Amino acid sequence: MIDARNFTYMFYGFAAAFVILVVYVVSLALRERKLIHEIDRVRRMVEREK
Amino acid sequence: MTQTRDRILFVLAAVCAVLLCVDFYKIFLILPDEANQGAIYRIVYVHVPSIFTGFTGFFVALAASGAYLVTGKLKYDAFAAAVTEVSLAFATIVLATGMIWGRIIWGIWWAWDARLTTMLVCWLIYAGYLMLRRAIDEPTQRARLSAVVSIFGCVDILIVWKSIEWWRTQHPAPVLSVRDGGGMGPGMEAPIYWNWLAFMCLAAILVMVRTRQEQRSREIDSLRRMAHSY
Repeated sequence: MIDARNFTYMFYGFAAAFVILVVYVVSLALRERKLIHEIDRVRRMVEREK
Repeated sequence: MTQTRDRILFVLAAVCAVLLCVDFYKIFLILPDEANQGAIYRIVYVHVPSIFTGFTGFFVALAASGAYLVTGKLKYDAFAAAVTEVSLAFATIVLATGMIWGRIIWGIWWAWDARLTTMLVCWLIYAGYLMLRRAIDEPTQRARLSAVVSIFGCVDILIVWKSIEWWRTQHPAPVLSVRDGGGMGPGMEAPIYWNWLAFMCLAAILVMVRTRQEQRSREIDSLRRMAHSY
């Protein structure tokens, strides 16, 4: 049962967890940036409409 | 307010980093390989804390959804959405690491056994929750339907939790001593709980960031309504 594949797949397991978290954090950061741009745009629009 | 929030984020990040460093040192450099599984058993230190974190989050989302249904305040709905999304990320880790572990131990990536199937159903319910939120524009209708799905999802969590006792299929029966399982070797179980604490700190950070985004979205909606009213 104990062979080199165990180490490889153990690495895959930890790497998969790390990649999923990183992808989620990056998606959060991109969404944050988009929201900040959007809020600025809408605020300017409201100022113009006043 | 922002300064306090940033300080909390910093403290949580520091605690999470210290816990993970100490734990990974123990897991990779101190603990021996498991007698039957070899090195691969170490996936348990990501797999189990992730599901504990995910399920804790789903129950927090249930409480927030209930609070929305009782009070009608949209801030509870926003919090429930944030917690559910972060918990789903941890649930994804559980499925991915479980499949990799199963590939070595069972020789297959996936088995339609009770635990795996109910966990997949759980993942699909909460993925559906997030898709539902995107599909409905009207905030109160979105919040009410989302709260119902969140409550429905928590029923499945109980089935996932008990599935390894109710049905004896591919997935191992309870191992942890807190569930009256056989327990693990000396010193092997504690890092699971420490990693859970670290993951909870990480989840709290992500939830705080995500909740602020929900607040910004609501601010954008109200600004748009204001612009249309002129």
